Amino acid sequence: MALTLAWIAVVMILVTSVGLLLVRDWRWTIILLAVQYLGIFILTLQHWPVGMASVKLVAGWMSAAILGMTRSGLPSQDADEQDLWPRGRLFRLFAAGMVVLIVAVATRGVDTIMADAGYAVSGGSLLLIGMGLLHLGITSYILRVVIGLMTVLSGFEVLYSAVEGSILVAALLAVINLGLALVGAYLLVAENTQPEVEVE
Amino acid sequence: MNAPTIWIIFPLAIGMLLLFINNQRVLSLMGGVIGLLLALGAQYIPIELAITVAGTSLKVESSLTVLGRVLLIQPTEGPLLALIYGGVALWFFGAEASRAATRLVPIGFMITALMVASIAVEPFLYAALFIEMAVLLAIPLLTPIYSPPSRGVTRFLIYQTLAMPFIMLAGWLLGGVEASPGDLALAAQSASMLGLGFAFLLAIFPLFSWVPMLSEETSPYILGFVMWIVPTITIIFGAGFLDRYSWLRSSPELTVALRLAGLAMLVTGGLFAAFQRNLARIMAYGAIAETGFSILALSLNSTLGIPILFLLIPARALGLAVWSLSVTVIKEHVETMRFGPSRGLLRILPFAGTGMIVATLSTAAFPLLAGFPARLALWENLARDSISSALWMGLGIIGLLISAFRSLAVISMAEEFTSWEPRESLTQQIMLGLGVIGLFVLGLFPQTIQYFLSDLPLMFERLGR
Repeated sequence: MALTLAWIAVVMILVTSVGLLLVRDWRWTIILLAVQYLGIFILTLQHWPVGMASVKLVAGWMSAAILGMTRSGLPSQDADEQDLWPRGRLFRLFAAGMVVLIVAVATRGVDTIMADAGYAVSGGSLLLIGMGLLHLGITSYILRVVIGLMTVLSGFEVLYSAVEGSILVAALLAVINLGLALVGAYLLVAENTQPEVEVE
Repeated sequence: MNAPTIWIIFPLAIGMLLLFINNQRVLSLMGGVIGLLLALGAQYIPIELAITVAGTSLKVESSLTVLGRVLLIQPTEGPLLALIYGGVALWFFGAEASRAATRLVPIGFMITALMVASIAVEPFLYAALFIEMAVLLAIPLLTPIYSPPSRGVTRFLIYQTLAMPFIMLAGWLLGGVEASPGDLALAAQSASMLGLGFAFLLAIFPLFSWVPMLSEETSPYILGFVMWIVPTITIIFGAGFLDRYSWLRSSPELTVALRLAGLAMLVTGGLFAAFQRNLARIMAYGAIAETGFSILALSLNSTLGIPILFLLIPARALGLAVWSLSVTVIKEHVETMRFGPSRGLLRILPFAGTGMIVATLSTAAFPLLAGFPARLALWENLARDSISSALWMGLGIIGLLISAFRSLAVISMAEEFTSWEPRESLTQQIMLGLGVIGLFVLGLFPQTIQYFLSDLPLMFERLGR
């Protein structure tokens, strides 16, 4: 049952991470990010108790909420955003396909190194890392950069949960996730502020 | 009372409180004085030893338990804390002159506390998490809320964040290598991960593109602070890896890798600075070359390399502080930092111009300046190991020297009969003047800081012994 759930989470992560690459509307981006954290929670459950795994879910959802609320208060930037974003959806789909292929090949080896974390956990985490890196490679728009970083870190967190069960690590990673979202929100606001002369 | 509360939690809390103060002078003085007190406390208050103060017996414990793990400041780490907080005090005293105190002092305290936590946390692998938190805090420091974030800031965030997973996974793999030392594949994988993590964190060639970008986009003084605190403590964290894992310490491949990385940073930093036509970017390449010197020191036999590594720290702190303050003052008076608009600046900014040139020369190992003794020792020991490496190091130094003389030529190239009209504020003149004198004092009397440096290698169990 747990294994089936883990593979469902991997499919969920595949859909959301590819979706994050394809969608342009920030509302869908935030929704997909929130769903992605649900998948991450299920994968983390394979090695951590519910209490600790739910820290990731709550921190992830809070981060998504911070980014969503900040973005909702800003003027529409879709035109600017599209200029920074490779246009072809087909291109991005092809790139995502390449990542999936690499992940499929690398999962077995990584699973062996990571103390037999489980194929679902190893595959899911590598998928997140790969898609996150792809995201970082094709955009310089702040919201997407932060989401890319959060995706990469999520992949690492899932993988690391298989080998480390410290409460301090869980807490610090949650703080880093929230910090990343806050930094993203700060930079989004800064990006939309009219330059002023500093008065100190 | 325990040491982590005094040197981690207290500065963190102070930093948060100082966010509510807006006066540059008050912040600068408060930050400097508190930093100095923390440094003096670290140097003179014994840890794990009872002392009597006004009839009351006090003992500073070394550890604090947080969520089942321990923050531990060993008695032998006192001199290191003194060096770090002494450097922080230096930067904060100069913050008023750079007009960056409102951001630098509060956030700087928080960043320093997190960096100290990264040295104190047990198991030490968790240090990467604290470094990442410090990096996140550095973003509002580098980008004010009223100006759009630059590409350099984005790249800084990406590169530094990517370092954390690599280092943590490498740390876990290193534990496996210790358990089965014969597994060469696992050793290679863990060493590669570790190398990648530190390459991102220390901005090792070619991952340093964000440094020159940021030098043009943000306050040079703030960038200077970040380029001092993050690499300095990261290198000490890296030395901790060498101290703990004997197979890593004795690996000849690692020595070669460290040497190549250090030389790559030094040579590229030096040569790029030599061909650069922007004063802020020259400083950025100088900071990159400084990190190269530190990595080169790590590549030496640890008995010699570790004392040299610690000898580099005060010179780096003072040199970079004077350099970045000078560039910040110059930036206030010119449209761009390119050579064209900077011509003849020495006549209107004599203190900033002198500070910049002296600091560049100090980084370039010019005799009688702060950087000279450590670099001379490094060069001498490197030459004993490998003449070709010493020649490459010489090439990097020549690049830095060329950049210093080019900068000097540009800023002194004034129209004939132009009068001397210093435009720096009194605070800027005093801070820059003291900084330049400090660079000469450290160069002429390097033994003066030996009192603080001599016990530093004791913080490692095996390195430097």
